[in-house]
Amino acid sequence: MAITIFGLLLVTFLIARVMPIDPVLAVVGDRAPADVYEKARLDLGLDKPLWTQFAIYIAKVFTGDLGTSVLTAQKVTDDIKTVFPATLELATLGTLIGAVFGVPFGIFAATHQGRWPDQVARIVGLLGYSIPVFWLGLMGLLLFYAKLGWVAGPGRLSIAYQDFVDPITGIVMLDAALQGEWDAVRDAFSHLILPASVLGILSIAYISRMTRSFLINELQQQYVIAARVKGVPEWRVVWGHALRNAVVPLVTVIALSYMHLLEGSVLTETIFAWPGLGRYITNSLLNADMNAVLGGTLVVGAVFIAVNLFSDIIGRLADPRAR
Amino acid sequence: MSDTSVSDRSGWRDWLMSTSPASRRQARLGQFYRQWLAFRSNPSAMIGLVIVVALLLIAAAAPLVASQDPLVQDLPQRLQPPSWAHLFGTDALGRDIFSRVVYGTRVTLVIVLLVVITVGPIGLLIGCAAGYLGGWVDTVLMRITDVFLAFPRLVLALAFVAALGPGLENAVIAIAFTAWPPYARVARAETMVIRNADYISAIQLQGASQGRIVWKHVVPMCMPSLIVRTTLDMAGIILTAAGLGFLGLGAQPPIPEWGAMISAGREQIFDQWWVATFPGLAICVVALGFNLLGDGLRDVMDAR
Amino acid sequence: MQTLANKAEAPLLDIDNLKVDFHTPTGIVQAVRGLSFTLGRERLGIVGESGSGKSMTGRAILDLIPHPGVVGADRMLFRGQDLMSMDRKARRKLRGRHISMVMQDPKFSLNPVQTVGSQIAEAYRIHHKAGSREARERSLAMLEQVQIREPARVYDLYPHEVSGGMGQRVMIAMMLIAEPEILIADEPTSALDVTVQLQILKILDDLVSQRGMGLIFISHDLHLVQSFCDRVIVMYGGKVMETLPAAELADESARSRRHPYTLGLLNCLPDLDRPREKLPTLNRDPAWLA
Repeated sequence: MAITIFGLLLVTFLIARVMPIDPVLAVVGDRAPADVYEKARLDLGLDKPLWTQFAIYIAKVFTGDLGTSVLTAQKVTDDIKTVFPATLELATLGTLIGAVFGVPFGIFAATHQGRWPDQVARIVGLLGYSIPVFWLGLMGLLLFYAKLGWVAGPGRLSIAYQDFVDPITGIVMLDAALQGEWDAVRDAFSHLILPASVLGILSIAYISRMTRSFLINELQQQYVIAARVKGVPEWRVVWGHALRNAVVPLVTVIALSYMHLLEGSVLTETIFAWPGLGRYITNSLLNADMNAVLGGTLVVGAVFIAVNLFSDIIGRLADPRAR
Repeated sequence: MSDTSVSDRSGWRDWLMSTSPASRRQARLGQFYRQWLAFRSNPSAMIGLVIVVALLLIAAAAPLVASQDPLVQDLPQRLQPPSWAHLFGTDALGRDIFSRVVYGTRVTLVIVLLVVITVGPIGLLIGCAAGYLGGWVDTVLMRITDVFLAFPRLVLALAFVAALGPGLENAVIAIAFTAWPPYARVARAETMVIRNADYISAIQLQGASQGRIVWKHVVPMCMPSLIVRTTLDMAGIILTAAGLGFLGLGAQPPIPEWGAMISAGREQIFDQWWVATFPGLAICVVALGFNLLGDGLRDVMDAR
Repeated sequence: MQTLANKAEAPLLDIDNLKVDFHTPTGIVQAVRGLSFTLGRERLGIVGESGSGKSMTGRAILDLIPHPGVVGADRMLFRGQDLMSMDRKARRKLRGRHISMVMQDPKFSLNPVQTVGSQIAEAYRIHHKAGSREARERSLAMLEQVQIREPARVYDLYPHEVSGGMGQRVMIAMMLIAEPEILIADEPTSALDVTVQLQILKILDDLVSQRGMGLIFISHDLHLVQSFCDRVIVMYGGKVMETLPAAELADESARSRRHPYTLGLLNCLPDLDRPREKLPTLNRDPAWLA
């Protein structure tokens, strides 16, 4: 754990150092006189040895200082605080869609192993691994927004509602509901559902494939035969006995899928003009705003580690042998 | 005449399927043949193989397949819908999208091959070293692997390209840099199993050097899993490369890279849908091809 | 009413020409080829080497042959009811309630994430309309019957927390709580320490004779079958070599009447009274399978 965090910091630090962009120029601008430049260089600690700079970097990160964004002229931590809930909202709903459809789909494939539902699930699953998420988003917009008009377009909320909803939690739907703005809730949902479904499809592919292989493994175990010998109905053998034993690896897979979606959101948010962390990172990237890029990368990495830890804990609670 | 050829063929078959092969070559060929029979009976895997072979052929014969030069602009003919003259229509600069998609196979193949050539050996080396040597070497190498696995792959690749500057070569480096950990993991897991096998002990007793054992006996045993892993990973590499291209960080214009082509068609998506649709379909088909092939190979080559 | 009387007369199990085939890509594998026997309220042993089809026979009676396997029989009657014409659901309802099975290794045959008590109670509640309290009380009583000293404590343990011997008692309790008429015991003691094997067999024997059940005891252990069963079927390659009273296995004078395969098995057993330089290897004659 600690080592992983350390490694995360080291890699981001090194990336910042190999950057061909001069970090001093990014602060003082191209036409700063030499003395101003020199002062900024000292302020940034660039005259010190590399390991001292790294120590300073770590100390800063742990006090919540990720530097200032050149693009927004704000602290990177403040920027991330405003954009992160939007990504969280998207990835969470996407994972939810993935789990709600993916798990039963995988179970269905496993209980019909080798027959046509299994083949269909296999192809659909592989298809989910093969579609570029940004292209799927574009196609979704084309079909459901432009042609059919079923959902709202890019963005998180229509302009008409933007002044109604004050940020409380940062999750727009929740905020609107708290303030009793039901039209705004509906509007927010209409914006959210398409990008979340796009992410959800990726998640369904992954979760259903994994569910299938875990369940097939469990269904071959002796205790499943024992349950059948007792006369337990087949649906209960599957859901009550086999699936109950597959919960631990499934939780891990759902957590992993959550991480994939955080990653997928980088591209999805660009398509849907979704003001989240992914778009923040890509925007900063295109503007050579390195503090923001590395801050965002660090946060995503930290969330990865946290989700891993969380799934570990859940796994331990669900398995009497590990308790 | 016909009689002999029939018996000849069945003779070959028997020779291949023999349960008591007389030579190492016969055993190896026999195993290939049996795997091929299993592979052939799997329709989805065969579809994958067909797609991948088609991809290779199209890339090789791109000038013959394409109807026009992929780089030639024809502004009066810009944003034409699909027709017989332009199967997939034309883009904002009047270039023929079909021809650009065809030439795009070359770009995609180059990226995939470069990444695999870099990543495969590195992963194999790290994994086999960690698994075979064990002890602190294993601990250190696997720690490093864990750190890289803890990173979101695309985000790390993005940060890298940002540091190195956009472009095809840098995109390849960035993808390779983020793609090796799973290979190392697979190679290590295989090595750990093989290391404790009796035949390795036998070779050790014969006095073979460590390097020789790893190179001649451990590495070949890891290959099937790695080949499967690589094939399945191809799709992921294609998607990551397309993602970088889409963000303008991969291949630079006017190179006909599919991700960049989708990005170019994004502005016209609601009016001229074909500009972004066809390159995306191409990515889907190729990625699906590699996935189907890898999935089939796994069933055949990897017992688990 | 008259059918009821008939059923009381009929043997518990009447099987004629049972076949189990597995259709694999390389051809059909015949696991059981034409097995016939009847089972009354007795202890019937089935012995054979591994792969002789003895376990598949038990699974076929329970309708638990896995996917590519196909079961066929000229006749398969449970107390006069035709098993072959029953649908899956009816067969399922017979399982546990009327025909049950104790499996080899309690370490793998108990669900690792449920307490042993809840697994016993589940077996009861599937077949009886009972509240959770009644099921629990029944289960505790059943645990006592398999001679577990602190049933209330054991009830809440997970399978990994009990020893092999106790696990097998739990297994027996689970499989007998719905009071079936037939119990199939598939190598019930071969995964256990020698010291607890006899205890488990004693418990099994007591319960079977108390309740007047029919027992099919599947084993590779000739000694065990000989001392534990009334009648023995010797199987090889999916076929019955011979059926004989268990007592005759030990009977030296009856040796001349034995099937060569049975004799072969007997000769492979070491005997302390008559030590030999070398134990003979088993000769198998392909003609036996014709």
